[in-house]
Amino acid sequence: MPNDSEIIDNIANKEYEFGFVTDIEMDIAPAGLNEDVIRYISEKKGEPEWLLNWRLKGFHSFMKQKLPEWQNFKMPPIDFQKISYYAAPKSKKKYDSLDQVDPELLATFAKLGIPLSEQKTLAGVAVDVVFDSVSVTTTYKEKLKELGIIFCSFGEAVREHPDLVQKYVGSVVPHSDNIFAALNAAAFSDGSFVYIPKGVRCPMELSTYFRINTENTGQFERTLIIADEGSYVSYLEGCTAPMRDENQLHAAVVELIALENAEIKYSTVQNWYPGDKDGKGGIYNFVTKRGICKGAHAKISWTQVETGSAITWKYPSVILQGDYSTGEFYSVAVTKNKQIADTGTKMYHIGRNTRSRIISKGISAGEGHNSYRGLVQMGSKADQARNFTQCDSLLIGDRCGAHTFPYIESKNNTATVEHEATTSKIGEDQIFYLNQRGIDSEKAVALIINGYAKEVLNQLPMEFAVEAQKLLSITLEGSVG
Amino acid sequence: MLIIKNLHAEVEEKQILKGLNLTVNAGEVHAIMGPNGAGKSSLASVLAGRASYHVTEGEVTFQGANLLEMSPENRAREGVFLAFQYPIEIPGVSNINFLKTALSEIRAYKNLPPLDAKEFLRLSREKQNLVEFDAKLVNRSLNEGFSGGEKKRNEIFQLAMLEPALSILDETDSGLDIDALRIVSKGVNKLRSEKNAFIIITHYQRLLEYIVPDFVHVLYDGRIVKSGTKELALELEEKGYDWLKEEHYQKEAREKEAV
Repeated sequence: MPNDSEIIDNIANKEYEFGFVTDIEMDIAPAGLNEDVIRYISEKKGEPEWLLNWRLKGFHSFMKQKLPEWQNFKMPPIDFQKISYYAAPKSKKKYDSLDQVDPELLATFAKLGIPLSEQKTLAGVAVDVVFDSVSVTTTYKEKLKELGIIFCSFGEAVREHPDLVQKYVGSVVPHSDNIFAALNAAAFSDGSFVYIPKGVRCPMELSTYFRINTENTGQFERTLIIADEGSYVSYLEGCTAPMRDENQLHAAVVELIALENAEIKYSTVQNWYPGDKDGKGGIYNFVTKRGICKGAHAKISWTQVETGSAITWKYPSVILQGDYSTGEFYSVAVTKNKQIADTGTKMYHIGRNTRSRIISKGISAGEGHNSYRGLVQMGSKADQARNFTQCDSLLIGDRCGAHTFPYIESKNNTATVEHEATTSKIGEDQIFYLNQRGIDSEKAVALIINGYAKEVLNQLPMEFAVEAQKLLSITLEGSVG
Repeated sequence: MLIIKNLHAEVEEKQILKGLNLTVNAGEVHAIMGPNGAGKSSLASVLAGRASYHVTEGEVTFQGANLLEMSPENRAREGVFLAFQYPIEIPGVSNINFLKTALSEIRAYKNLPPLDAKEFLRLSREKQNLVEFDAKLVNRSLNEGFSGGEKKRNEIFQLAMLEPALSILDETDSGLDIDALRIVSKGVNKLRSEKNAFIIITHYQRLLEYIVPDFVHVLYDGRIVKSGTKELALELEEKGYDWLKEEHYQKEAREKEAV
């Protein structure tokens, strides 16, 4: 039987599977951020005046803000002037069909297992692929168009649907929200845009696949999803990045708007490069995600499986403005080696009878540190509002850490807030028990982990739940002998 | 089926088995009794291959193969089953899924394909009835929130499902009320056959009223100091262990003198 140090060494030796680099000629902006660079980006993208001005406002708030200090890890120094803020494959900028896409690029996507070509897509997953900063292609667009659903790159939305974009962009995450959101507002490259019209139930999972390829570039995509009255959409994003020694910054912003009776389900499987076993390299994943239930009976549900990144810093939140609206947050975060995750959610209860549910499952191995940070706020008008929070931590080995920072603020005494927390360790006893029934240690750990995370994995769309399950097993592969 | 010769083992550098000999044949039920700290549960752990136990001397042959060289999972796959004294809870893993995985692993080891869902379900129903196991517990998380009695009964249900050649029941009677004891015993009796064998570790004679052993052994100070038939258990119940301890020390003293 292996001891703890072998367990940890084995986890550390697991290599990152998606660490290849695609060799494509790129248009790259010179490193650094200033007004000229922002004008360059805006011009490259052929943006209207209002958007350039909004970017500049973002830039000015960015310049005024400092890196946060409240998180439960030492924020590494980030030299924002060393990062290039725009990179795009050099060839034609817009693609009319897949045939025009660089074959290297298609090969990359094939390696990542993305169903890019519509013919190959079996499960009905519509994918908007963001390769560094430009959205390459959007599948299934025509089919969705028949239902009036808009699913396109952010850039295209700016050109084709400027009114919708102008009305909602920054309405949930303002350009001044925090330093990374401000940076994103100033320099965002591309992203996805979704609009579901009144009463339409989107018939397929919409999906974006992000990938950071170029060295020294940051990825600052921006996603805006609007679900009009009585509509429904389920959206999934997946992320990978090549292996590099230096750290790369990913500062995305996601805004969700659910109007009356609308429901948005947003799922993330994040597998950015986590750095090597000594903590060298890896993605800094500083993301701002927030949704608003604007109308009554609206519902927003965040599900995330976070296995990658050197540092994950994200708190997908819901503003529960409409009466009887619901916010949910389901999270599995895995840290190993020297990975850090500081993640959680914020639920702002404003309307009456609003409900929120938070299920957070942290898994720490190696020297990884996992913090849950959550805020549940009951506003003065949030009569009969209810929250339930459960936050569990699982430890593998004795050099890792789990931390919980729940904040509760209540201004309404008819509101109910419940919080449950547990910490457990995968014990040798558990593994031995399964061994004694004929199950080897590798399978035993996978079984225990998936059992532990089941409540969250069950929230993912079927085909992705299977993927996420595999990813969890692979991530912790070799965790015992 | 099982031949233990001169087995010495230690845990945390403390010698706990000191030259244990035992032979178990197919179709037999052996009871192992003895006072606290005699090494009864240690014997179970050593046979199952718990990592913290180290064999320092002796050999164990199971169905002709060297048991001590096998990993814990291979011992299980070869047909050694340990009903735990304290069954472990595994949250989120359903009892039935766990059993399906276990059975598939054991079958794969024997180059058999996994049972399909229908066959598995049929087998599970059959065994539930056989050992009177509550169907509601089958779909719950493995042992999570089970009462002490339910956990023990789950061990017997697993035993029934996996059909091992050798079953070691480690104080399965402890913490059971009389009804649960009766049900557990009934299950074991139904599972007894000419092909399998049981080692029943217990403190009390009570269990042996229900599961009648072919042999009773008294384990003391890391060795089997007395063997007999079921009458020995009754004698122990009546007289306690002190007379055996006395005998053991006198014998040890004689041996020392002889040396």
